[in-house]
Amino acid sequence: MRKLLVAISLLAFAASAASADPISDRQAAMKERGKIVGTLSKMVKGEQDFDAALVLSSLQTLQENAEKFDVDALFPAGTETGGDTTVSPKVWEDMAGFKAAEDKYLADVKAVNAAAPADLEALKTQLAVVGQNCAACHKAFRIKKD
Amino acid sequence: MTAVLRPSPRKLAGAALVVAVVAAVAGWVLSAPERLDAQTLAALGPGDAAAGERIFHAGGCSSCHARPGAQGDARLELAGGLELKTPFGVFVAPNISQDEKDGIGSWSAEDLANAMMKGVSPAGDHLYPAFPYASYARMKPSDIGDLHAYMKTLPAVPGRAADNDLSFPFNIRRGIGLWKRLYLSSDPVVALPDGTPDAVLAGRYLVEGPGHCGECHTPRNFAGALDKARWLAGATAAEGPGVVPNITTGEGGIGDWSEEDIAYYLESGFTPDFDSVGGAMVDVQANMARLTPEDREAIAAYLKAVPPRPNGYPPRPKPAE
Repeated sequence: MRKLLVAISLLAFAASAASADPISDRQAAMKERGKIVGTLSKMVKGEQDFDAALVLSSLQTLQENAEKFDVDALFPAGTETGGDTTVSPKVWEDMAGFKAAEDKYLADVKAVNAAAPADLEALKTQLAVVGQNCAACHKAFRIKKD
Repeated sequence: MTAVLRPSPRKLAGAALVVAVVAAVAGWVLSAPERLDAQTLAALGPGDAAAGERIFHAGGCSSCHARPGAQGDARLELAGGLELKTPFGVFVAPNISQDEKDGIGSWSAEDLANAMMKGVSPAGDHLYPAFPYASYARMKPSDIGDLHAYMKTLPAVPGRAADNDLSFPFNIRRGIGLWKRLYLSSDPVVALPDGTPDAVLAGRYLVEGPGHCGECHTPRNFAGALDKARWLAGATAAEGPGVVPNITTGEGGIGDWSEEDIAYYLESGFTPDFDSVGGAMVDVQANMARLTPEDREAIAAYLKAVPPRPNGYPPRPKPAE
């Protein structure tokens, strides 16, 4: 029992420690986005057959990820540097612009979900809409470091 | 004793003056702007605007000459104004719209070709190699004829961009003539053997010529010229913080990308490792997306044929704990 309590408190500590690290959290959120888009990309590239159900579930996860993405919590002052972050100082110099970019991304992901692509051609078009958001934000707010 | 052998100060001064004059004359002669020969100019042809649109996108003209931040059709308004902050000073992309006074609306195809392949303005001045003529020098004259015809269809936008703000001695244009003698060549960078597939050759042309990929992806030497021994190996960004990736198949590069991965990246902006295009490459990728699938496949085929090199930039410092 005692051991269990210790284990639980350790786990809880680990969890709180994890959420106290916004850099890792935002990187994990971005990696999840990339993975979902990667799944969809495989179909567009023809490495995998078009699978309407998988497209739908992937897009839903992408939307949940975007809804959870809390800019204030993930990009607090003091996380401009640290860890292996590749964030650009422009996030803080233009916080309104950064938030607007995130809002546009969420709106676009929602729109794609609302009109879920029924075939490969539609998926290609919709994925390009999502991808423009990735590129626009990585152009302004990320610095490539390696 | 030594006093006897030492030349008089007067003679020394005279000798120094002679050396200085000879150096100045030689420097003046060697640094003179050179234009294209008649044979090359004759090959420009009548110009086909439809074909020139492809060259316009391959050449990435909008990436520097559109107004900073322009989107969509506004990227065809070539008003200039983008600042490139480099160790030599600030270069400002000029207006290359069809405005007769502020842009290049009065330029003939020959004028455009001399600027793009020889770095010489219609007035006979050297242009700075921030304008990537060291790459464009490898272009086919007929492609420049086509590009000129296409640019004629684009809007005239009044308004001059600001002047460059360069430090001494880089503010002396004549010095560029010496730089050209050392570094301006129309020869291909990567020698390819006989029997090389056509796609690889087409890719070499697009990458080394109009695409001018090496201008950012290759490290530069002290004189700001590309280090061809580390061709496409990636570089510390010339402008701002960060790096430009290694796009050879060497360590740190894109050896694990298939040709399909490269072509898909250029079309969509998505990397095979679940990331997206970023930084200055965003505009470049938007241009590449407007080429034909065959062009993107050719670029991919060439990149796979480039000699592998380790990263051309220093490793990232370990994050502080």
